[in-house]
Order: sequence, then structure tokens, then C-alpha cells
Amino acid sequence: MTTQPTYRLSQLDELEAESIHIFREVVAELERPVLMFSGGKDSIVMLRLAEKAFHPARIPFPVLQVDTGYDFPEVLACRDSWVDRLGVRLLVASVEEAIADGVVVDDGRTSRNRLQIGTLLHAIEENAFTAAFGGGRRDEEKARAKERVYSHRDEFGQWDPKNQRPELWSLYNGRLHEGEHMRVFPLSNWTELDIWDYITRERIEIPSIYFSHRRRVFERDGMLLSESEFNPLREGETVQERTVRFRTVGDLTLTGCVESEAATLEEIVEEVGASRITERGATRGDDRFSEAAMEDRKKEGYF
Amino acid sequence: MDLLRFATAGSVDDGKSTLIGRLLLDSKSIFEDQLEAVEATSRTKGYDYTDLALLTDGLRSEREQGITIDVAYRYFATPKRKFIIADTPGHVQYTRNMVTGASTADLGLVLVDARQGLTEQSRRHAVILSLLRVRHLVLAVNKMDLVDFDRATFERIRDEFAAFTARLNVPDLTVIPISALQGDNVVTRSENMPWYDGSSLLHHLENVHIAADRELRDVRFPVQYVVRPKSDEYHDYRGYAGQVASGVLKPGDEVMVLPSGLTSRIAGIDLFDREIEEAYPPMSVVVRLEDDLDVSRGDMICRPHNQPDQSQDVDAMVCWMTKEPLRPRQKLAIKHTTRSARAVVKDVQYRLDINTLHRDADTHELGLNEIGRVRLRTTQQLLTDPYEQNRVTGSFILIDEATGVTVGAGMIN
Repeated sequence: MTTQPTYRLSQLDELEAESIHIFREVVAELERPVLMFSGGKDSIVMLRLAEKAFHPARIPFPVLQVDTGYDFPEVLACRDSWVDRLGVRLLVASVEEAIADGVVVDDGRTSRNRLQIGTLLHAIEENAFTAAFGGGRRDEEKARAKERVYSHRDEFGQWDPKNQRPELWSLYNGRLHEGEHMRVFPLSNWTELDIWDYITRERIEIPSIYFSHRRRVFERDGMLLSESEFNPLREGETVQERTVRFRTVGDLTLTGCVESEAATLEEIVEEVGASRITERGATRGDDRFSEAAMEDRKKEGYF
Repeated sequence: MDLLRFATAGSVDDGKSTLIGRLLLDSKSIFEDQLEAVEATSRTKGYDYTDLALLTDGLRSEREQGITIDVAYRYFATPKRKFIIADTPGHVQYTRNMVTGASTADLGLVLVDARQGLTEQSRRHAVILSLLRVRHLVLAVNKMDLVDFDRATFERIRDEFAAFTARLNVPDLTVIPISALQGDNVVTRSENMPWYDGSSLLHHLENVHIAADRELRDVRFPVQYVVRPKSDEYHDYRGYAGQVASGVLKPGDEVMVLPSGLTSRIAGIDLFDREIEEAYPPMSVVVRLEDDLDVSRGDMICRPHNQPDQSQDVDAMVCWMTKEPLRPRQKLAIKHTTRSARAVVKDVQYRLDINTLHRDADTHELGLNEIGRVRLRTTQQLLTDPYEQNRVTGSFILIDEATGVTVGAGMIN
């Protein structure tokens, strides 16, 4: 018995096709794109999709990383491995240099995460980038759920949620005025589980800290933070060695880990599928300060 | 597992946010920290129950006003399907958002309050969904608990809606009595309505057959980008990247490139580092041709005996999305598939009253949130099919050249 072809794509293939379409559309229409790379799993999946979109040619735009000075060494190692393999140009915008140059002001109270905003906007302006790919997903957070795939930014890099361009079909509007840029989110329709399923299917190299390992950690504000010279202990905090992994990757002074035995991609997929807490809620100090934390940072020009 | 995209519509008080909250909660797509935040807010506000609508009201301005102001996208999955919900506000001034949400939807979900019955808005939603060629329509008659699960009430609304949609292009209509608040017929069949013998809403969403909706006959491949590696290894490689709009492409097929009209054969189809045997919508692939033709972005690959219309005259239903009205002689930018051009408005033939379906031919303008039949003349030929046959080659957006803002959405007749 022969079966008729169904001509239906799986959800991962459909998401992949949509993301590749977005990458190609931006490169065809916007002159100077750049990919914002955090070293996290989402930005690595973006790199993989960009690789697919232009194969066998090289990725026709550079990769920009905002270095907080507090990045996990494992993440930087993974970044270098990707950049070498793809032969893509890497630009690093350093928060420390931005502070030294007076681009942003470190008042001692503002987190590095927030200082990234000014550093990033400065790098975009300096390089005259007209489009910046970001790894944001709409399932991450309520403010993101309303953001377009092409998210228009004014000359101050600001997002105006009440004045977004309607986005219909797959017809993206990349029109810009002088000094404006577009944030583009090719992973808008992916969920955390889709990302993990895709990483598993494609056997994509990700930083080792996503996998279960022994680490010296301490508890702060209900989160497990990594022992580090950048993370001085406060009174009453004690360091213990635990078996943990990270669900998101960011500034190590703010990014917590979770206790986990998941040491393979398959085990991570199983754990994520069963998890009852959002990845940001569990492990990101930066999103927990207020209910509208992400909305506020996005308006200012956050990723 | 495949993907179903659906758009929801309802008035402010129809319980749409509650229903979405319920679907997310019962499919275990809501996480504990999200639920706890909503429970805490509900307690602070002194509600008797957890307000699931709080799960989806995204922006602070919305929370302050208690309404949803923009299209929001939600995600959930069951073992059978992944779902993307385009959640659009129902109130009158935001027709443009509903058009936006419906543009990518396979299915439209309209909510009515069982106590109110059909309203002007429910009719309007059905009209917009059918205009946007959403093939599958579900009417959820909500708040059945507040009418004592009364069968006659449900059937009256169902019959009235069926009579109304008979005038529209709605190939598949399903009507389901539910209570989003109590969960009746949302995920599991309700014991409170033994007289209802259809499936629950989630069961219907999981099983509705959408494969046949894809257009597989007419080959349409808008060229998006030319891949030329300029490396020693791939010195002579020249491939045409794009997303298949419709039809099935195979190596060896005879093809024509428009607008040049030159013909060739497909030498190969690449998906990253693999050569594949066939490409179909919505795959993003690279097509290589046997002959070295001059092909660039904005061109379209089709079959020699099955071509799209080629014309500078466009006749379309346009939804206008900005305050300043659309007027004759107005000049706009137009984006259609991968082709961008300029367009001038020749005339507005009529405005469609989306409540009564009356065609008002006395008007010569389209205001914000109005839909009408418009004729345009473009600076370049567009390669089009009627929207009714092809959502990709039948749709376009209009852009204000001064502000860069998307001001209109068009569906070609």
C-alpha cells in the first residue's frame, strides 16, 4: 500500500522555514544587519538558522556581542567555536569600555544588564547598523507577546508598543528613516520547548553550563547564583556545591541556576517539558523587579 | 506534530481572555510563577475567583484600562498539535488588529455571550475572517452556565449565526456551547450539557483537518534572494532562495521565470546541505536552474502553462489602517510577495459595511478601519493570483512613503 504524501511540515520544519524567510528578507531589504549574540541557546539557534538561510554562502552579516564583563567563560568558549566554524565576523561591545568612555554611567546601583542597553545602542549607532537580529521569543514574557517580528526603533532606539506597525501575512515592512533601526526577531513564534527540540534534532553545540554539572553556588533572593569574584557574598550567604544547570545564560551576577540531573539534550527536553516555572521566572533576577520590568527595558531599547 | 494557527475574536466582555487563559492552563502551558502572580493580583483586587484574563493582558496600559489593545500571540501545545493563537481585541476601533491576526490564521474562533446572543461585533468578526479567507470558523457560545446550560438558547444562536454565515464564504463552521470560566466543553466534554453531542473545543482544534487548505496545484516561487557564495569551493553556484508560496516543485520540472518569460528546468532544490526531491509550501529552499538566466529578487518561478496574472492594474479589497483616509490619486508604496513598487489610487469603488454587507458606492474614501474595493495602478507589473485562490500571491501591504508606516492591507480580486 502506498500512502499519499501529506505535504504537511512538522511544527519545527514550519518554524524553521519561517525564520529562514525572515533572515533572507532582512538581508535583501535592509542594508546593514547585525546579529545580536548573547551566547545563549536562542542566539545559537539564530546562528544555525542564518547558516541555513545563506548556505553555501557565508552568513552575510557580522555578529555583535555585548560583553558585560560578567560573562560565563564556558559561554565565551562556545561563542568562539561557532564564530570560527562559520567564519563570521565578531564584534564585541564592552560595557566596561562604555563606562570608561562615558557612554553609560555606572552609578554602582544599576545592574550590568541595564547598562547593556546604552552599550548596545551605542554600538548600533557607531556601526550604522539598520537591522539587529534578536533571539527574543513571544512566549517568554507578556510584553514580548505583543512585539512584531520587525520591531521598529526610533532614533533613540526606543520601542513604542502603542504605535507598532501592523504586520500581516509574511509581508514585512522594513522602511526606515535616517538614524532609525529595526529589531528583528526570527524566533518570535518558537517556544522554549521548540528551541530545545530543535537543538536536539540538529545536535547543535551549546555552552556546557546548560547541562547538569557540579558547581559552587549560594542562595540569594530565592535563586541559586554561581560563586565568582564578581559575586561577593553578602552577610549570611554560604557557598555549597550542588548539581545544577542553567536554563538561561546572561550576566553571571544575575543569572541563577536550577538543581538538575539533566546531562543530555534528551534529558533537558524532558525536564523542560515537565517544568512548571518559566525560565525567566526561575532564573533571571533582571525580570523580577516589577511586573512590567521587561516592558520598561524594551521601551528603552533592550534586546 | 504539526502547527495550527488560529485567531480569536470577541467583544470585551465575551470572556475571550478567560477562554485563552483556560486553554493555556488546562493544557499545562501556564507556569506556576505566572499563575501565582495572577492569583496574587486577583486577591489584591478583591475578586472572588482567579481572573485568568490577567494572564494575557500584556502591556501596562492595557492592564490600566482593562482592555486588550493589540494583537498578542500565545502558544500552547498538546501531544497532537502546537497552537499559535493570534489574540485580537474585539472592540470596534481595532478592526485593523483583527485583520492582522486573521491574515495568518488557519482557523477563526469567534466568541459570543450566550445571554446576549449575536451582536454586531460577532457578525463583523465573521465577515473579516471570511474576507481574509480563514477557512475554518468556530463559534463558541460562552457563559452557558449563566443561562442554565439551556439548549434552546444555544440552538437559537447557532441557527442565527449559520444563517448569517451562509451569505459569506465559510466552508467549515462549527458551533460549540462552552463556559470558559467553569471549563465546560473547553478541554473535556461537559456533563452539564448532555444534549450537546459534538466535541469539546480543544478536541476540535486538535483534529480539524487543515492539510487540504494548502494550495498545491499552482507553482508559485517568489525569488527572495540570490545565493552566490563567491568562494572557491562553490565558484559557479547560483541559487534562488525563497519560500514556496504554492504548488510542488521537483528537480527536472520545466519552469518559467517571470516577468522575463524565459524557461529552464529545475537542476536541483537545496535545503541547507541536502538536495531534496520536492519542495512545497511553506518550505524555504534554494532552487537551482539548468540554464544561466538573469533572475533577481522580485521575480517569480512558475510553470510555463500555469502563470499568475501580470498587470499594473490591481483590483482589491483594502482594509485601511490609519487616520488619514485613503483617497483617489494618493500615492503609496506597495509590497507584494518579494516585489516592492509604487502605486497610485485610481478610485474607491465602494465601501463595504461589514455589519450589513451593504456596498456603499457613494463614498470615494476609506477611513480608519474601513474596508472597500479599490483600484490601483502600479509602477511595475505585479505577478498576482486572486486572494481567494492564493493567500501569498493574492495579498499586499500599502506603505505611506513619508512615514514608512503600513497603512493598508489588500486582498486581490
